[in-house]
Amino acid sequence: MQAIALAGKREKRMTSKISRRAFLKGSFTAAGSVAVSGSVARAAASLAAEEKAPLVTVIDISRCIGCEECVYACRESNAAKYPDPQKPFPKMIPKRVPIEDWSDKRDVTDRLTPYNWLFIQQAKALVNGQEQELTIPRRCMHCENPPCVKLCPWGAAKQEPNGLSRIDADICLGGSKCKAVCPWDVPQRQTGVGLYLDILPSLAGNGVMYKCDRCYQRLEKGHIPACIEACPEDVQTIGPRSEMIAQAHALAREMEGFIYGEKENGGTHTLYVSPVPFDQLIFEQGKGKPSMGRVEDRMADGNNLARAMLIAPIAGAVAAFGKFYKRVKEDG
Amino acid sequence: MSLVYKTRQIVYGFTLFFIALSGFAQMPIFKRYYIADIPGLGWLDQFYVTHVLHYVFATFFIGFGIYVGMDFVLNKKNISGLTASGVVKIAVIVGLMVSGGLMVAKNLPGIYFSHTLIYVMNISHLGLCMALLMASAYTLVRRKAWIK
Ligand code: HEM
Ligand code: SF4
Ligand code: SF4
Ligand code: SF4
Repeated sequence: MQAIALAGKREKRMTSKISRRAFLKGSFTAAGSVAVSGSVARAAASLAAEEKAPLVTVIDISRCIGCEECVYACRESNAAKYPDPQKPFPKMIPKRVPIEDWSDKRDVTDRLTPYNWLFIQQAKALVNGQEQELTIPRRCMHCENPPCVKLCPWGAAKQEPNGLSRIDADICLGGSKCKAVCPWDVPQRQTGVGLYLDILPSLAGNGVMYKCDRCYQRLEKGHIPACIEACPEDVQTIGPRSEMIAQAHALAREMEGFIYGEKENGGTHTLYVSPVPFDQLIFEQGKGKPSMGRVEDRMADGNNLARAMLIAPIAGAVAAFGKFYKRVKEDG
Repeated sequence: MSLVYKTRQIVYGFTLFFIALSGFAQMPIFKRYYIADIPGLGWLDQFYVTHVLHYVFATFFIGFGIYVGMDFVLNKKNISGLTASGVVKIAVIVGLMVSGGLMVAKNLPGIYFSHTLIYVMNISHLGLCMALLMASAYTLVRRKAWIK
């Protein structure tokens, strides 16, 4: 049912959404047009089965025409979650604490903000000596072991068994640690909302952090995320991890392309496939515009130490017994 | 007070100081309150650095705690040999080790704890940390020992 509705919607949009960029990007699109249609329907079916295995999205960059349909679908689908801060904001102590207010700039779509969890990033690349422009949907990568969730000192963020990570707006204090530990600086702060207002608003906390939550409310009902459904070019696909990894590799082989997100930060639930090597893409840079650089597993050092922590009690016990044994022998 | 007891006191005090410092650094407060601006303390706002340091000191703290505890038991001593404040502090430390250990497990990839459990672990770890620091301040000022 849903698949049929989707297909109809897609056809309607296709005809109205052929932009100049789509025309320019024709060459990439042809190379990338493997059997992606149908996969959306397949994914929807497996979501409806309330599968709890991690879900991964594949983003075929070569197909994206930069129309921003996904961006507006995201805003529509998640509008009810957006902050509605009361002004004036409490005075911040000390003064250096930045007030981050996006409530008058809700329309900004060219970067990540508390009101814009997905944006289309422009990147340039030289392909066979020719400059090409790519448009890349950017949002939270949904890391396999998300530092934003794991390192939140209040437990305001959580990861669900289907792999999505999200920040609970009722608990978050807006300290922005999640952004500091995120390799892509994804979460964005809005001052003047949330729990901190009820505690010590001047002294601790600074609002709430917002980011893509993979439309958890839609997934719960078996629907695919809004951005995926809205895309006229089927740029994104969602499905169980193993299937999606296979698909990303097949796609990369087909276009002789490259994958980003499979190894980064120890692995993520988002796989970008690009016809151009990621280290050759020149991104527009700036705040709220993450790059696509190499990212080692940020949690690895701590998690390796966790093993040493298992040995610590044994070592302590052995040392105590050693001392005991020595004494008993000496007392002989 | 024996030399062994004194040495242990110093090792414990040093560990407690750094474990609490690196623990508080898990919260985004040292930058806000200019402490990370003090020359030599810039690392206090490097979350991955203080995260690893907290783990290192926790590992030592657990090993040391088990050693001292087992040594005490193997010397055929029991809870009646401890002062009241000592018993309280030990209980709090055990609570910190359990809640901290659970959070270490939570940080491993592929581990999904319920949101409520994560929240409870964080709040109780922080609460126990405050309790330990207050109890320690009390025993320091009142010169209360661990053992009778
Ligand atoms: C002994 C074993 C301990 C272990 C295994 C442990 C582990 C942890 C972990 C995993 C965190 C979460 C942040 C992170 O992932 O880095 C944390 C946070 C924290 N720890 Fe510990 N810790 C221990 C002992 C202590 C002690 C003795 C204190 C203080 C006296 C302390 C104070 C804190 C504080 C203040 C936080 C930040 C607030 C919070 O997240 O609850 N910890 N600890
Ligand atoms: S991902 Fe799809 S909807 Fe979004 S900009 Fe690209 S083509 Fe348009
Ligand atoms: S990309 Fe950043 S915000 Fe998203 S899950 Fe990873 S660490 Fe968290
Ligand atoms: S998954 Fe949902 S919240 Fe995330 S970018 Fe897409 S539409 Fe927005």
